[in-house]
Amino acid sequence: MILASIFQTVSIQYYLVLATVLFIIGVIGVLTRKNAIILLMCIELMLNAVNLLLVAFSTYFGKSDGQLFVFFIMVVAASEATVGLSILVLIYRNARSVDIGLFNKLKG
Amino acid sequence: MSIEIIAYILGGLTIGSALMVILSPHPVRSILYLVVTFFLISANYVLMNAQFLAIVNIIVYAGAIMVLFLFVLMMLNLSKENEPKGSIPMKAAAVIAGGSLLTVLVAALRKGTVQETTSIADDQGLVKSLGHELFTTYVIPFEVSSVLFIAAIVGAVLLAKREKQIIE
Amino acid sequence: MSIEQLVPLILALPLIGGVINGIFGKNLPKQIVGSLATIAMFASFGIALLVFSQLHEAKTINLFTVLHLENITLNARLLVDNLSIWMVLIITGVGSLIHLFSMGYMSHDEGYYKFFTYLNLFVFAMLILVLGSNYFMLFFGWEGVGICSYLLIGFHYSDAEKGMLNGLAARKAFIMNRIGDLGMLIGLFLLLAQFGTLEYTELADKIIIDQVPVTTWMMFGITLCLFIGATGKSAQIPLFTWLPDAMAGPTPVSALIHAATMVTAGIFLVVRSNFLFEHPGAEMTKDIMLYIGLATSLVAAFIALRQNDIKKVLAYSTVSQLGLLFVSLGMGAYTAAMFHVTTHAFFKALLFLGSGSVIHAMSDEQDIRMMGGLKSKIPVTHITFLIGTLAISGFPLMSGFYSKDEIIGHAFEHSTLIYVLLMISAMLTAIYMLRMYFVVFHGSFRGTKDQEHHLHESPPSMTLPLIVLAVLSIFGGILNLPGIFLKNGTHWLSHHLAHNTRGLDLIQHSEMSANTILGLMAVAVAAFLLVLIITYRVYVVRPQLPVNDEQLRGWELTSANKLYFDEIYNTLFVRPIEWMSVKGHQVFELVILNGIISGSTKTIEYSGELVKKWQTGKTDWYILWMVFGIVGLVVYYLLTVNI
Repeated sequence: MILASIFQTVSIQYYLVLATVLFIIGVIGVLTRKNAIILLMCIELMLNAVNLLLVAFSTYFGKSDGQLFVFFIMVVAASEATVGLSILVLIYRNARSVDIGLFNKLKG
Repeated sequence: MSIEIIAYILGGLTIGSALMVILSPHPVRSILYLVVTFFLISANYVLMNAQFLAIVNIIVYAGAIMVLFLFVLMMLNLSKENEPKGSIPMKAAAVIAGGSLLTVLVAALRKGTVQETTSIADDQGLVKSLGHELFTTYVIPFEVSSVLFIAAIVGAVLLAKREKQIIE
Repeated sequence: MSIEQLVPLILALPLIGGVINGIFGKNLPKQIVGSLATIAMFASFGIALLVFSQLHEAKTINLFTVLHLENITLNARLLVDNLSIWMVLIITGVGSLIHLFSMGYMSHDEGYYKFFTYLNLFVFAMLILVLGSNYFMLFFGWEGVGICSYLLIGFHYSDAEKGMLNGLAARKAFIMNRIGDLGMLIGLFLLLAQFGTLEYTELADKIIIDQVPVTTWMMFGITLCLFIGATGKSAQIPLFTWLPDAMAGPTPVSALIHAATMVTAGIFLVVRSNFLFEHPGAEMTKDIMLYIGLATSLVAAFIALRQNDIKKVLAYSTVSQLGLLFVSLGMGAYTAAMFHVTTHAFFKALLFLGSGSVIHAMSDEQDIRMMGGLKSKIPVTHITFLIGTLAISGFPLMSGFYSKDEIIGHAFEHSTLIYVLLMISAMLTAIYMLRMYFVVFHGSFRGTKDQEHHLHESPPSMTLPLIVLAVLSIFGGILNLPGIFLKNGTHWLSHHLAHNTRGLDLIQHSEMSANTILGLMAVAVAAFLLVLIITYRVYVVRPQLPVNDEQLRGWELTSANKLYFDEIYNTLFVRPIEWMSVKGHQVFELVILNGIISGSTKTIEYSGELVKKWQTGKTDWYILWMVFGIVGLVVYYLLTVNI
């Protein structure tokens, strides 16, 4: 089958680098953007990059453990996004803004 | 077309849309680009014979989480003018940090040896085999994750509730 | 009971009396406190008499070992020989009379129980000093009497007008004693280093019998250091200025400590160490002792000529007599010195107690210019005081006459110059003592009306000791009569002491011819009569009374100002040390120590401030640092770990 032979032609290095680049893009997004919502989104991007990596390993090694782990990562990501957004809403109600540069009350 | 070309094109598109996520000044557009990215990642999954995950990815991520984000964004009523500006030094530092991390990670990845298999089962990525694994080996994390969901739900509801005004 | 059991009892009784009075004395009635202390003293005296009658050979009594190291062993051990028992007799005998006197004299004082505690403890320390069998015990007692002297001089430290002065006088006494003690300690260290032991008997054996070779310089050093210790305690030049200041203490204190006992500790030290001082290497020390004693004797006598406080005159007379004693020691006449110590204890204590009685009668007035004509008002005191004055001045056939004459006789043999100077000192003594006597007791009363009303004879508790001491002053000369009077009982004390005291038995006494002795006596009597006539004319017939301070001129001013010794010491020693102390405080404490301490705190604070800048509170910064941290970790991992 055409799909099953992906690992015969494309080396795993390709997917490793792809996932890493996606991850880095996520990191840069987290560091750069000041909108809290976009921040959370970039975290989702990072998680997805990791998911991609895991699935790649699962395919190239022949075990299905990687895919199951992706399952659980999705679970966690979903609940984390939920709670994060609700906190964000709460903060927006008090501060009237989602700029994370304003939340520096913990400075020394 | 050979499978490699498809893989490479898909990879390039994924990176492109991810870049647009972080570079776009419009928050709504950022979210939409992220949705596109998710779809492309799902396509990658399909290419790697993980069909179940591809569908789940679309349903959960693109369908639920992104919609949630969109709702919140629309609730907060943000537009391009309200978008907070980042400082240039910070952006430069971010790019440098990211670039160095990329370099380091790639270098670390090169060191590893990968033991490759020559064939995989046909139905590896399908529901049946995944489900079989899930409910035998990973049944405890499965149950615990349901508890996690409950906690998240309760937390979200509690946090987002409007405070009751004390009526004299 | 054997001697071994009795002697520790002599030591224990004053100690017990002192401890009981110290702990419980506040709650006991005054009669009990005083009686307890006095009875302890009399009991000690009685036991000492018993021991004295039984003693033939010298005995050592081992109490316990204090320190036992490889090279050194320090024992608490008592040596009972004629010398130490004689000193014990003097201390406890005169001491008990003074205790009895104090019961009446201090009866109005608030710190009654404290006084008797200190007195008993002082006697205990002094007894340890004389009864010890090694220099360690002697030093222990030495320090003990120093402390008790400090406590007793500054006894009225809380007095409204003079409290500060009392405290300062006590401090001065202690510090000057300390300076002497340093010399003594060095001497003890040298002794230990050279001979490895501090026991008298062992040292005597090593030096006399074994003839252990000792360099001249070492022996000179040892004896000189011991003599420096003696100068501190026995008030010789240059460490004598504390004694007149010590008169700030109550009169019984002056009688006991500064007349009869503590100041004789230095003399005792030299007599005890006679085998050290008779060593050929110590000849220079003996010469130094002689000349310092001579100088002290003359200087003190000169100062006493124009002093107007009863007790100060007596204080300087004590210093002068101590100088005389050191002259005697410097000539090697140890037993003659002990004889004079004995008689001096009698008449000096008598004089001090008598002056106490006078002061008591005069409602605490001590200036002789405010007194006069007291002979009819306080007869017993008058008679006893007269006896004391005559004894010290060398009235023929009284005790002082014999003891002084013996020393002067030795001086005549030694060198004519010293003989002449000693005669001058003796005449000066007579002059100032008779001056004081005439001014106080003759003429008309010069005090206030209140004082005149208050004049009364002292109670029997005070006059009885006076009478006893007067009798002893008269007949005390029998103890050591020169050879012209009796054939068998001559020089009884000298022979008695030399009988079983190490070292003394070896000292040769050359007997002078009877003619020389008679001749010297005649000269002494003539000198005394001359002085008597002159002073009578000056102070009774004319009368030329002591004048106020402003009217003094020339040598009189110098004499009254104590030859400016205190002022010289102040400029030479006290001021520089005070200056150094102030400078030390300013520089060392304030700048350096404070700098170090606050410097270290400031450094820590500052570094904390620096680190604090890192916590900006901005999440993006934190994440940035986190990413850099991860980069660092991975780099480290890559570089060090081989997969």
